[in-house]
Amino acid sequence: MVKVILSNPMLAVTGGSKELKVAVGNYRELTLALCDQWPQMAGLIERSAVAIDGQIYQDAFAEPLSSGSEVFFMPRIEGG
Amino acid sequence: MAEAVEYKQIGTSPVRPDGFDKVTGRAQFGADVNLPNMIHGKVLRSPHAHARIKSVDISEALAMPGVFAAISGADFPGGRLEGEAGGEGGGTMDDVAKNVMARNKVLYHGHAVAAVAASTARLAEQALAAIKVEYEVLEPVLNVVAAMDPAATLVNEENYTALPEKPENPSNIASVGRLERGNLDEGFMVADVVVEREFTCPMAHQGYIEPHACIASIDERGRGTVWCSTQGHFEHRAATSKMLGKNMADLKFVATEIGGGFGGKTVVYLEPLATLLSERSGRPVKMTMSREEVFRATGPSSATVARVKVGLRKDGAITAAQSWIAFEAGAFAGAPYMPGAMSIYAPYEIENFLVETFDVLVNKPKVAAYRAPGAPQAMHAFECALDEAAQLLNMDPIDLRMVNAADEGTQSPYGPKFPPIGFKACLRAAKAHPNYTKPVPEGAGRGVAVGFWFNVGMQSSAEVNINENGSVMIIEGSPDIGGSRASMCLMAAETLGINYDDVRAQVGDTESTGFCNVTGGSRTTFATGMAVTQACEAVIADCKRRAAMTWGLDEDQVEWEDGQAVPGPGVNADVKPLSLAELARKAGKTGGPITARASLNAQGAGAAFSVNFGDLRVDRETGKVDVLSFTAVQDAGKAIHPAYVEGQMQGGAAQGIGWALNEEYIFDDNGVLENAGFLDYRIPVASDLPMIDTHIVEVPNPSHPFGVRGVGETPIVAPLGVCANAVSRSLEKRITDLPMSPPRLLDAIEG
Repeated sequence: MVKVILSNPMLAVTGGSKELKVAVGNYRELTLALCDQWPQMAGLIERSAVAIDGQIYQDAFAEPLSSGSEVFFMPRIEGG
Repeated sequence: MAEAVEYKQIGTSPVRPDGFDKVTGRAQFGADVNLPNMIHGKVLRSPHAHARIKSVDISEALAMPGVFAAISGADFPGGRLEGEAGGEGGGTMDDVAKNVMARNKVLYHGHAVAAVAASTARLAEQALAAIKVEYEVLEPVLNVVAAMDPAATLVNEENYTALPEKPENPSNIASVGRLERGNLDEGFMVADVVVEREFTCPMAHQGYIEPHACIASIDERGRGTVWCSTQGHFEHRAATSKMLGKNMADLKFVATEIGGGFGGKTVVYLEPLATLLSERSGRPVKMTMSREEVFRATGPSSATVARVKVGLRKDGAITAAQSWIAFEAGAFAGAPYMPGAMSIYAPYEIENFLVETFDVLVNKPKVAAYRAPGAPQAMHAFECALDEAAQLLNMDPIDLRMVNAADEGTQSPYGPKFPPIGFKACLRAAKAHPNYTKPVPEGAGRGVAVGFWFNVGMQSSAEVNINENGSVMIIEGSPDIGGSRASMCLMAAETLGINYDDVRAQVGDTESTGFCNVTGGSRTTFATGMAVTQACEAVIADCKRRAAMTWGLDEDQVEWEDGQAVPGPGVNADVKPLSLAELARKAGKTGGPITARASLNAQGAGAAFSVNFGDLRVDRETGKVDVLSFTAVQDAGKAIHPAYVEGQMQGGAAQGIGWALNEEYIFDDNGVLENAGFLDYRIPVASDLPMIDTHIVEVPNPSHPFGVRGVGETPIVAPLGVCANAVSRSLEKRITDLPMSPPRLLDAIEG
């Protein structure tokens, strides 16, 4: 199972659930699973960065996830 | 931690390839481009900070001899633009368009209302005077805390705070950020000392020396070229084409040499105007901002009000931290409120914390990115509170930070666990630095603070072409602000195993290379460097294939060593190695020109930490502050060109010291900026500063082939806290408001 930690703006969509366990094999499957359960999640995911096992991705797509992986949704950062 | 690697090219500091042209005046900056039949564009700006536009009449200006075109908001395509603008705090494309040219309301003094193009710049200015604008003047919103009151005058009646459920009423608060962990009450309950303060930072400008400038040449079909001073010509092309309703393929954008940006040139201001004026007039149109326009109408940093409370045990361990920070966004949403929230506690492992940040509209210029946007203001507040705590606990301020320091595996306040980071190495290096072990000069105070920035990767493209003699031409799409062409050449030379002098790099226009995001976020050496490295690796693979073909071997029997193809270990072949130059000379017989390209969306940018300290002394009669010494320690991952890394650290320190000691936007009660020039807006000059001593720490970023971390933004973060802490210790009185200008310090000294 992949451990998923949602960002604060996502909590309103999930009704307050911050941590989830999801059985998926890659990031794309994870986002599809989240959007399947909460359709409003799509826009929030699009505007988020994500950390997979500590590695920050501004634009993740199909990165592999394994059992025990930790996925952290977070705001996008660009900079000056 | 990755093992140290011995490099031949990387880690050297050759003279930058663009240096000669710059010191001899040959380099072409934005305002240096001239074209036949060129005319000049000027902008009419609002005399009010907040007003409704009742009408704009450009007919008299258009009728003047020598005036070729005039435009106002009505000349832009109608309807709401979708999408976000590039760059941190870029905001929505719709807002960017309304910032380029006001539509129904002007939202700050200096907001563009109309523009003309005429045969001379002087005539264009005279034509501006012939434009008639009728305003209904409104009350300006100028105080960020007052602006948050539900009863405050609204900057934008259609702005609703971005919450999961749309609020009933509009507000000046555009967005709210919130990060929390643990239990604050429990954390504060076990604290032995608690520090609670309110801090303010002023709006400050990046102070790039080259004002915004561009020239657009658009033909009768609406197609053409725009030359501009920009941090990102691809994103300028996207913004310009979108707000003018054009196909971006019809516009070519060329990035000229750039005289500084620091985030401020990630935003379009003149380019859409020059493009539209050129299209209307049928002539090339040049537009340049005056320094006054740069101050009044481009994006500075956010002013902030920060309330911080931190509790610590006697051993210095932080038990709880709570912060509330209001960021001024200016006239449109998009202050760096989230990076501020994410950075404030980033260097530390804190069990119980809460930070709330706010993106607040006020009738001032829309803020833009400025080196590590949001972090200097937020971290100034927290670093000052920690310094006061260190005094209360009678602890060395570096030791206090070491007690709480984040390390590999620490869960960052914004979520993920840190991969290898160099914060503790920076603390150790600072503590051992000879500038720190020497006594504090009499009458001075020593300030310590730390800095942090996330750094980003994003999209980059690069091509590598091997010339017929084996020399190398790199074409990439990242405007070179801090010497990145030299870094690209070094990484290419290292990868290919050749000399730096045999490599050249140029920044291609939007038709010459693949898409690149802006030069910003400390990403260019990291991400574009990765694209260059990958393209060089593809060249090597091609060269090995060609050598194998020449020798009658299989490709996997050939290796690449020191810039030449050689038979692999155990391969029985009586052949001489083939150098890149020899392979290039025979390229026609082995498949044609040797060339390769790489495009990527780089992930895994490593966070960069810094530790700064300095000795500052206050003249108690005049309030003037002397910076006696300043030392910057920073983790660069791997310094590709150490002299440029030092330059980034020194430049960031100079800007941070200026922000701390003198720089501020001063508005009158009507929202008119009173110090829109370098005489009254005082950035540090050489005589104000000592030599900024630097120490580069290298904890490699495992996500980059050479271990690179971005270095451009972190350096500005710590100096604000360093200066405030040094001055506070010097005066034995906590100074919480920046800048610590002579009048403000005299007030503090006199109580």
